[in-house]
Amino acid sequence: MTTLYTADHEWLRIDGDVATVGITDYAQSQLGDVVFVELPKLGRQLKKAEAAAVVESVKAASDVYAPITGEVIEVNDAVTGDPTLINSDAADKAWLFKLRIADKGELDGLMDADAYEKHTA
Amino acid sequence: MSAAPASQTLHRTPLHALHLARGGKMVPFAGYEMPVQYATGVLKEHLHTRAAAGLFDVSHMGQIALRPKSGKVEDAALALERLAPQDILAVPPGRQRYAQFTNAQGGILDDLMVANFGDRLFLVVNAACKADDEALLRAELADSCAIEPLADRALLALQGPKAAGVLAKLGADVAAMRFMDAGPRPVAGLSCFVSRSGYTGEDGFEISVPAADAATLAEALLADPDVAPIGLGARDSLRLEAGLCLYGHDIDTGTTPVEADLTWSIQKSRRSGGARAGGFPGAKAILPQFETGPARKRVGLKPEGRAPVREGAPLYASAEAHEAIGRVTSGGFGPSLNGPIAMGYVPTPLAAPGTRVFAEVRGQRLPLDVVPLPFVPHSYQR
Repeated sequence: MTTLYTADHEWLRIDGDVATVGITDYAQSQLGDVVFVELPKLGRQLKKAEAAAVVESVKAASDVYAPITGEVIEVNDAVTGDPTLINSDAADKAWLFKLRIADKGELDGLMDADAYEKHTA
Repeated sequence: MSAAPASQTLHRTPLHALHLARGGKMVPFAGYEMPVQYATGVLKEHLHTRAAAGLFDVSHMGQIALRPKSGKVEDAALALERLAPQDILAVPPGRQRYAQFTNAQGGILDDLMVANFGDRLFLVVNAACKADDEALLRAELADSCAIEPLADRALLALQGPKAAGVLAKLGADVAAMRFMDAGPRPVAGLSCFVSRSGYTGEDGFEISVPAADAATLAEALLADPDVAPIGLGARDSLRLEAGLCLYGHDIDTGTTPVEADLTWSIQKSRRSGGARAGGFPGAKAILPQFETGPARKRVGLKPEGRAPVREGAPLYASAEAHEAIGRVTSGGFGPSLNGPIAMGYVPTPLAAPGTRVFAEVRGQRLPLDVVPLPFVPHSYQR
């Protein structure tokens, strides 16, 4: 499995034609204590760069954008039930939603771990 | 993430180095570089303040002394009553009162604290308004008062149930102070002005200290295990739970004190039929609202769901209505309530507690109930 990153601080874990999407540990550290999460509806067809989810801290609401085009095939109810999961495990347990990848070509524009590390340095 | 504006254009408080040393995340606020939070984060800072004691740097706020040229503090009080709808004359030495500066339309130019120090009045005003406030005081009161901005003083707030005990350990004689007592008083041997007041709903103190001594005082307070530094993020969630107005958001030049539900702050002596009725800017707009009631009112709003409803969200009378009836002026998450809370303006017929209204958030209508303020009961030591 490959993990890719966006400039907007989302990660995608690619497994065949399915991408699991979350926000990075760097993003959660910038947001602070997360108190509310809204996820996309199952079956929604997301276009790349469209607002897909909302993560809210005490202070502010932040949009999570669809990093690629695809259909929402699963959402993480554990995160909506306990938004603090994002602060404790953003890179794994606090994944947000899974997409069926519409166009694998869109993955070419994303960063690998090294490139993302440089991006946040 | 957007880049922060160049920091050299921002002012710094005397505690700037302390904030950085303690992991403060600095943001621009009212022309100052201020800590929005420290390493522990807004949620824990908020809860720590309600459980023990929080130390806030509020040195960006304006401190102004009004010295009567006659030598009689009553003359400064009467002069200030020309700018504010409060009974300032009735504030005895050693006490302070919440006040507003109003404009000719009855709008609020700023809200402030006014203390009587016996020989002078001591004002604490909002950072974003202080230049305008000073100009207003000079233009209107220079004939009777010397106006002295105290730029060489810092301002700290120590808030929470342990605050009085912490100050007592530093040798401050605060045990006998009641809520809204104020005056010069030594703390840790430093020449401070102390008031028993604050902006969190908790018991607590605001301490004016010479800028050169501010870091010494802050370190002495933070050496107590009950005290943690608290940033602007928790300051905002604490005051929202306490139902207190934030200038520029819940009150501004477009809201009157009556619409803002601050009628308690306008004493009978300044209302129609009172001994010194009117005589402040906008009296013709404000005083009739006591008789007729305002067309709209600031209220507490409790979202039914978990989603925070933020400032600016339009409010509707129903899930289908096309015309907005008001808007949210402060909204977020209340850590002590573990849920979303908000304040906003609604038409007076919809201002009764229990009334259901709807806010539009990301294209959805979310139900909220009008609720009494504050959300968290005040713990003032009256």
